[in-house]
Amino acid sequence: MNMVKAPDLIRTSGLGSCVGVVIYDQVKELAGLAHIMLPDSSLAKGGLLNIAKFADTAVKELVNQLIQNGSRTYALKAKIAGGAQMFQFANSSDLMRIGPRNVEAVKHELASLKIPILGEDVGGNSGRTIEFNPKTCILKIRTVNKGISEL
Amino acid sequence: MNFLDQFTSIHLDVLKEIGNIGAGNAATALSSLLNKKVDMKVPDVRIVSFNEMMELAGGPDNVVASVFLRIEGDAPGSMFFILSLQQASRFIQQMLGDSSLSLDNPPYDEMALSALQELGNILSGSYLSSLSDFTKLDLYPSVPALSIDMVGALISFGLIEFSQVSDYAIVIDTALNEDDHHPTESVKGHFFLLPDPDSFEIIFRSLGVSSYE
Repeated sequence: MNMVKAPDLIRTSGLGSCVGVVIYDQVKELAGLAHIMLPDSSLAKGGLLNIAKFADTAVKELVNQLIQNGSRTYALKAKIAGGAQMFQFANSSDLMRIGPRNVEAVKHELASLKIPILGEDVGGNSGRTIEFNPKTCILKIRTVNKGISEL
Repeated sequence: MNFLDQFTSIHLDVLKEIGNIGAGNAATALSSLLNKKVDMKVPDVRIVSFNEMMELAGGPDNVVASVFLRIEGDAPGSMFFILSLQQASRFIQQMLGDSSLSLDNPPYDEMALSALQELGNILSGSYLSSLSDFTKLDLYPSVPALSIDMVGALISFGLIEFSQVSDYAIVIDTALNEDDHHPTESVKGHFFLLPDPDSFEIIFRSLGVSSYE
């Protein structure tokens, strides 16, 4: 989880079942990115909780940090990418469905915070590398087979 | 207590031996399948952060061919057999005797993918069955799945179990090399064995190593 201010860019490489969530305030040119591995912090077993990897805790924390850095709650928008199913298995247990579950959880969390999703590229079965420019608010998505697309 | 603080150097040595036996058998299988000499490195057992794990296979953006399977039974876990695209193409050409096959650009040839999946199946099967004999545990491989994509996207899938207890994973990594090629970083095959967090104690107990003092 990290924050960036224009003209810097923020990126994360090799998103598979993980979901990359970008939350931004266009006027302040401020954006934050979280790399979500798991849908819910209740899945954590003991030990220290790394809030950056669970959908429910990471989205909240990202919003908090954005606001601390001067973003305005009402101006926040989101773009999301990832949540692919990298391997196709005959028996789709819960573990195998982790990508779609991450996407559902992220959307649920954003909805409860009333942050609109202005662009999404989720699901499918290829890995993604994403890069966000807080100035233009364009999310660049690169996949191995389909090249680069923009949201 | 942190999950990873429980491991002593003896535990890591035991895991290294597991990698040695399993990958040794897999290397033998690969060697007889390709009818050529295959070199195996002494396995590495490492406690790595998720990012370091990606670096082991060439960085999160690196595109590789990977066969993934879940280990089911007494000690569940995940296993990856990772090859660079050049190396995977070469293996396929040798197995099928058709030098026109390559994985450089999609769409990939069905036959080539199927051959690679079978290669992964045979190798991981021999890895697991030797491991199962050694530990007297029942271990069953799932049907393997093949994917050609970025390392980060593929491996993070195998880290899901770990990510529930820790930000680090224990990986038993064995590198394979064909004998007649110059070993450069980019053309190594890797076996990654990632036992689920709860499986370590089961494995140690089966080998008579007292777990966690």
